[in-house]
Amino acid sequence: MTGMAAATETDVRKGRGMWADAWRQLRRRKLVMVCLGIVLLYVVVAILVYAGVIAGDWSKAVGDRYQPPSKQHGFGTDIFGQSVWRKTLYGVKVSLTVAFVASLISITIGVPLGAIAGYFRGRIDDLIVWLFSTVQSIPWILLILAFAFVLRGKTLFGLPLRGMAVVYLAIGLTSWVGICRIIRGEVIKHRERDYVMAARAYGCSRGRIIIHHVIPNVFHLVLISFSLRFVSFIHAEVIVSFLGLGVENEPSWGAMIDEARIELSRGFWWQMTAATIAIALISLALNVVGDALRDALDPKLREA
Amino acid sequence: MAAYVIRRLLYTIPIVLGVLLVTFVLFNLVGGDVSADLAGKSASAETIAEIKRELGWDKPVFADLGALSKGDVRKAIDSQFVNHFVKALTFRFGRSRVSGQEVWTELKQRAPASLSLAVPMFLGTLFISIAISLGVAFVRGTWLDVTVVFVCVVGMSLPMLSYILFGMYFLAYKLGWFPVVGYEPGLGAFKYVALPCLLGIASGLGSNVRFYRTVMLDEMRADYVRTAFAKGLGVTRVLFRHVLKNAMVPIISTVVLAIPFLFLGSLLLERFFMIPGLGSFTVDAVTSRDYAVVNAMTFIGALLYVAGQLATDLCYALVDPRISFE
Repeated sequence: MTGMAAATETDVRKGRGMWADAWRQLRRRKLVMVCLGIVLLYVVVAILVYAGVIAGDWSKAVGDRYQPPSKQHGFGTDIFGQSVWRKTLYGVKVSLTVAFVASLISITIGVPLGAIAGYFRGRIDDLIVWLFSTVQSIPWILLILAFAFVLRGKTLFGLPLRGMAVVYLAIGLTSWVGICRIIRGEVIKHRERDYVMAARAYGCSRGRIIIHHVIPNVFHLVLISFSLRFVSFIHAEVIVSFLGLGVENEPSWGAMIDEARIELSRGFWWQMTAATIAIALISLALNVVGDALRDALDPKLREA
Repeated sequence: MAAYVIRRLLYTIPIVLGVLLVTFVLFNLVGGDVSADLAGKSASAETIAEIKRELGWDKPVFADLGALSKGDVRKAIDSQFVNHFVKALTFRFGRSRVSGQEVWTELKQRAPASLSLAVPMFLGTLFISIAISLGVAFVRGTWLDVTVVFVCVVGMSLPMLSYILFGMYFLAYKLGWFPVVGYEPGLGAFKYVALPCLLGIASGLGSNVRFYRTVMLDEMRADYVRTAFAKGLGVTRVLFRHVLKNAMVPIISTVVLAIPFLFLGSLLLERFFMIPGLGSFTVDAVTSRDYAVVNAMTFIGALLYVAGQLATDLCYALVDPRISFE
């Protein structure tokens, strides 16, 4: 406890900001750095898949069907003789894209709604609270399934909705509630703070106060919340794709598990294992990084 | 207290109506007319029109203004919007496209199978998580504590599908300890739900233990615990009599949050183990585009959540009288 107090004191003297301080705390923890490395590795893989450098040729057969993992076949082959390893790498792109776009959608909806509700209170607050209580009441998986159900085959701004687009819209449109609640709760506390009073006394417009003053002060909560929520988005994509409502015509971890369901009963374990490891590794890394981020940025925040 | 109960009851009304509004927007406005889809590719225009009429898609979306100006209120409000609310609130969801049965009748038939899986899974997860987290609170700060937390994080990182598939493969298929798939009503169900139940508990344990541990540790730091230790009470007595009792308050309030996960669990587990419950019903409906069933399940699911939340809040108010004054 005393060590922490001393650290804070030096930080204040050096004028170190919240982010720099958080980074300094994270850097000291080896496990966190390893996990951050894993997350970055996944991101690099996803970018390379987009660039077509790796796994672009996933659909090509590399050998006979159902070859077990070996030096020659890497992680083994599936029913079409396609490389399980390439499909797994391609799945990184699908999974991260879905999780990233779904996060963007839910941040775009949740943060402004939460900030408006928390700052203005009154009627508009009641309305927004009612809205998110309603959406929250529908069990998440049912809502995602319902969204995926109705969105398939529809068009949005003239673009046909299929495959990945359905998945990230369904996840994004259903999962803004959590962040909206958190931001609202925090903004309610912030609206009475001195800096907001000062801005008000300065004659700043309400919109300006929210966008330039309040949101930057609560935005670290978005980062914490989403580093942890990313995991559930990845798992949701797996489930939606597995149920046949999601990604089509390209490999994804969910689709791989779906294929593995039949394979496993015949003893072909490698596709299932590859998908499981791929999902577990990124989830584990994100869980550890998210927890550490929460401890570093806001030790008081326990859930989220 | 009575005032609080009434206020809390009234509060569920806008939520239930809100859920119906969301499902209306989703299925009627975004989704739209599915009769052509239902009729199949080679259906004649008459068949489509008939399905349209049967499902009420030929009615005006909100209200028939023409009929209203003529003073025929009954006809004016015979719209998709009004019908959507009336149907759901009277539990007349229409017929399932696949089985041809009334959805509500089928829901009632399938509910016992779902409950026989969900109830033991729910209670099992709750008790085992509490027991483990109490134990961990007892050994806090030791290597055992660190190990348990790490195992929890690993456990919650594994996708549920992996638990199910690997569990099914090793425990049922390879070792033959459990039947692979199947179901029979009555007491015989036990044999079939044992493995899915076990897998459901295993997959939920990680996140629960981790959360409950935090709650317990928070309590361990409280003044009254120090006092209890100071006056010479034994560790077991402090843990069970003091910590557990107080930790139950935050734990109860999060129990209702488990309902969505219970749904997910039942959905996947029932599908894999071919248990004829509501979860497999929903999944089949989604894949076969059975609109009436998806609509009904979304509403029923929300209703269960609202009821759960209500029960939790009332329990909460009983345990902590300050709540009802807020």
